[in-house]
Formats: sequence, C-alpha cells, structure tokens
Amino acid sequence: MYKIEQIRKDFPALADNLDGKPNIYLDTAASAQKPQCVIDKICRIYEHTYANVHRGTYALAEAITTEYENARQIIASFIGAKQDEIVFTRGATESLNLVASSYALNTLKEGDEILISEAEHHANLVPWQIVAQKTGAKLKIFKIADDGSYLQEEFEKALNPKVKIVAITAMSNVLGTIFPVKEMAKAAHKTGAKIVVDACQSIVHKKTDVMDSDCDFLCFSGHKLYGPTGIGVLYAKADILQSMPPYQTGGDMVDKVTYEKTTFAPPPARFEAGTPAAVQAIGLGEAVKYVSSIGFDDINTHEADLISYFNEKTAETKDLKIIGTAQNKGGVFAFDFNGIHPQDLSFVLSHEGVAIRIGHHCAEPLVNRMGYTSLARASFGLYTSKSDIDAFFAALNKAKHFF
Amino acid sequence: MESIENLIENFSFLETLEDRYQYLVDLGEALPPLPSDLKTDAFKVTGCQSQVWLVPTFKDGKFYFQADSDAIIVKGIISVLMSIYNAKDTSEIKNIEVEKIFATLGLKEHLSPSRRNGMMSMVQKILFYAGKEEKQD
Repeated sequence: MYKIEQIRKDFPALADNLDGKPNIYLDTAASAQKPQCVIDKICRIYEHTYANVHRGTYALAEAITTEYENARQIIASFIGAKQDEIVFTRGATESLNLVASSYALNTLKEGDEILISEAEHHANLVPWQIVAQKTGAKLKIFKIADDGSYLQEEFEKALNPKVKIVAITAMSNVLGTIFPVKEMAKAAHKTGAKIVVDACQSIVHKKTDVMDSDCDFLCFSGHKLYGPTGIGVLYAKADILQSMPPYQTGGDMVDKVTYEKTTFAPPPARFEAGTPAAVQAIGLGEAVKYVSSIGFDDINTHEADLISYFNEKTAETKDLKIIGTAQNKGGVFAFDFNGIHPQDLSFVLSHEGVAIRIGHHCAEPLVNRMGYTSLARASFGLYTSKSDIDAFFAALNKAKHFF
Repeated sequence: MESIENLIENFSFLETLEDRYQYLVDLGEALPPLPSDLKTDAFKVTGCQSQVWLVPTFKDGKFYFQADSDAIIVKGIISVLMSIYNAKDTSEIKNIEVEKIFATLGLKEHLSPSRRNGMMSMVQKILFYAGKEEKQD
C-alpha cells in the first residue's frame, strides 16, 4: 500500500502555503520538489564534511571524496551501470553536449546521418543540429503518430547503415509517450548506429537498466529526480567512454602535465574537469536512495492509479483535450482547454495555487507539429495525490467561467 | 482608451485579484485587434509566454503604440500599458515608474513587469522604440 500522505510529509515544500494558497504542484516534469533527506544531506555535508574532492589527504577531503564516489556508485547501481561509466555533469543538457562534442564531432563525417524523433526536447535536438552543420552529416527526424505514439515502422524506415547516431527520448516531456528504448537500441545496433537516450523524464517514472536496454549513452538531470539542481549524469559504455577525448580541460582530469604535452586521466575523471558539483552529486545520491527505498513497483502502481483517475476526470470535463494519448505513457499531460490561451489559464490556475507549465516546453517543433504554438502541461511526481488532481480540475472549471 | 488615472480609480474598487483579472479580461476584449498584416516577425515581441506584436508610431513628438496578443489577459495588460505610455514624449516615458503603477493597480503578484513572464519584454520594447526615436531627434 502506497502511503501517499506519509510520502508527502517527506517534502516540506508541499505543506507550504503561498499567500494563503495550498501548493498544488503539478510541474514535476520541469523540476521536482526535494525530500527532507536530500535537503538534510546537503546541509550536513556543508556543515561537517566539506572540502574539495580528490585533492586533499586530510580527513575532511577524504571524507567528502568518499561521499562523492559513493554517490557515483549509488547512481551506477540505480541504472545497472559500472561506477566508472558514470560521469557527473551539470545536467542532461551538458551530458548531451558532451556526447555531441566529444563523441559525435570526432566520429561523424559527411554523408553520415543522425536520427532523432519528432518528440525531442531542444537539448536532444540543437546539439545534433550543430554536429550536422560542423561535420556535414545529415539530421533526420522520424515521425510519431498524431496521438503521440511511437511508430516502429517510421523508425525502422529511417534506419540505414548511414545512420551513426540515434538520439531518442525515453519519455516525451510534452506527450508523456514512452519509447521502447530496448527494441530501438537493438534495431539501431543492427545497422551499426550508437544510441543516445535522453532519460530525463523516464528516470523518474520507471526502472532504468542500461545493461538490459543495451543503450550506448544515457543521460538525465538530478533536479527532476528529486535531487539538487546543477548536477546531472552521463552514462556511456566503458569502451566508448575510453575512446573519447576530453570535453573540457583543466584540473582533476589530467594524468601528467608538462608545458609541452598533457596526458589525460581515464574516465570518468577525464570528463570532470575542474572542481565538480560534489555536494550536489552527493545530494543526488541521497535522492536516488530515497526513490529506491520507495521502489519503482509502488511508484508505478501509484502513478497508474493517478493516470486512470486523471483520465476519468478528463472524460467528465467538456472541452478538455489531452495532447498525447499514447497507450504507453507516463504522468505528463499536455492539454488544450476550450481554446483558452495557456498563459491565461496559468494566471487563473496560479491564483488557485495550482502550478502548471505553459509554453513550448523546450520542444517547439513538437508543439508546432501537434498544431499549437503553446500548450499547458500538468505533470505528476511520486508525491502527487488525487486531491492535487481534484484541485486541478476545480481550478480548470473556474477558469472556464472566467474567459 | 481610458486614462491611467481612470484605470487606477477603476481598479481601486476591485477587491480581489480575481476581480482585477476579470477586469483585465474585459479590457483585453475591448482592445482593437491589430490588422493581420502587422502581425509580422518584425513587430513580434520575443520573450513572452504568448505571442505579442507591438507596432510603434510617433505623431507630433508623442509616442503611440498598438499591440495584440493571443492571450486575453495579456491583451488586458497591453491595454493598461497603452494607458500608461501612449501620447507621451520620450522624456516622459523614461521617467515612468511602471512597477509602481502596477503595484497601485494591485497587479504586482503575477502580472508585474518584473516577473519573468514576458511582461517586461513589452515594456523593454516600448522603451527601445522610444529611445530610438530620441536618438533620431
């Protein structure tokens, strides 16, 4: 039994009143609230265990280095990877730029192809545009269905031996569609492509296993996974990571430096130039422990329950159109309500204490492809309750009378 | 077009934020639409969460603008901004304390231009056009 009330108590922000209004937080897909254990962990490190990592031999430096590397191990286990396959970055955006810059720019050439879906976030689109411009490779986009579903035939039709990189979201941040990463990796490998997985949304909603899915690269941001901002993860298979040149250069990533020549440390240190966001990484480790302690079995059951409740309420609500109704989707609902502009809607919902995201969701071509310039979106986290959904629908009804 | 003094008076009778939003909706609905041939990229205000177009003109040394949006509350805000900025000369425009006026109207919470929801982009655009005209003088 999922103890939702107990879980909500772990998140101090959910109990807050903002100007006397409850915090109905339905924007977890943008960034998640933080459990007390993560907040406490960060404070404890700053209070008692703080020094620079990897540099000192005194007790504090060793203590924080141990914590930092322990966080790497926790995260590695969480996604079925080995510790030295986990690179800490600033976020998924930096992870994708790292792959584009260190891997793609060095391996792609004119005539090669990069294949992405119509459902990509700008972070998994723009870096590939730049790679295409610089290398002469071609960026190809494969179609999704009008309801947001993945179309296997479209993907396989676009695959050919010229495709060297497939970059795909595991779950769309707008439509909620879950993409079958394992099957896609298999198909991509068959024609000789590497697969890069943007797991920013999926990492929160379902078990991620890089061994099982056999993806070559996978990335996510800490702040969506109930962890701090400013920290993200890049997973890459050990042999690929080993073959890649550094992304940035500086301290802590070198082997030997003279004025003439520098040799670089092995991964993951090679990709972590400068003082890392160590406290944030440790905070993320704590967040992962928290999510694991609840477990994806229960998280998934709760989410499925919320989704069916949301769908029931949607069916009862005239003029509410969900954009993205794939069978296989997570708790992310972009919607159009009676043609009310999302910004107008957001003003009224915000007045009721309901936080939703509006705009193009950093996926402008996708929002346009679905026929809109702007969309509203409600999204769930592991702390979302049915009463949040009730409050959302009550606020929607209010908005209807307003405009 | 209401004078800003009238608007301040009208807003002062509205007790709740909801009432003030409703009044903005009314103002937005009353705003004359921008002719579609003026809704071009050149007149588009970037950085807004809705589509906004703003077309400046100068007449007898005074600044005027017309604007439009696809969001109705934003149209209401445009109407307020027109009451604030239209028919002013550039030195008057520079001295306007728009934040203070929005606070007086009771719109500080979500609609104040300093909030990063695109309202500031409109004000910056007005100041940009007014400043450009000043340099030409």
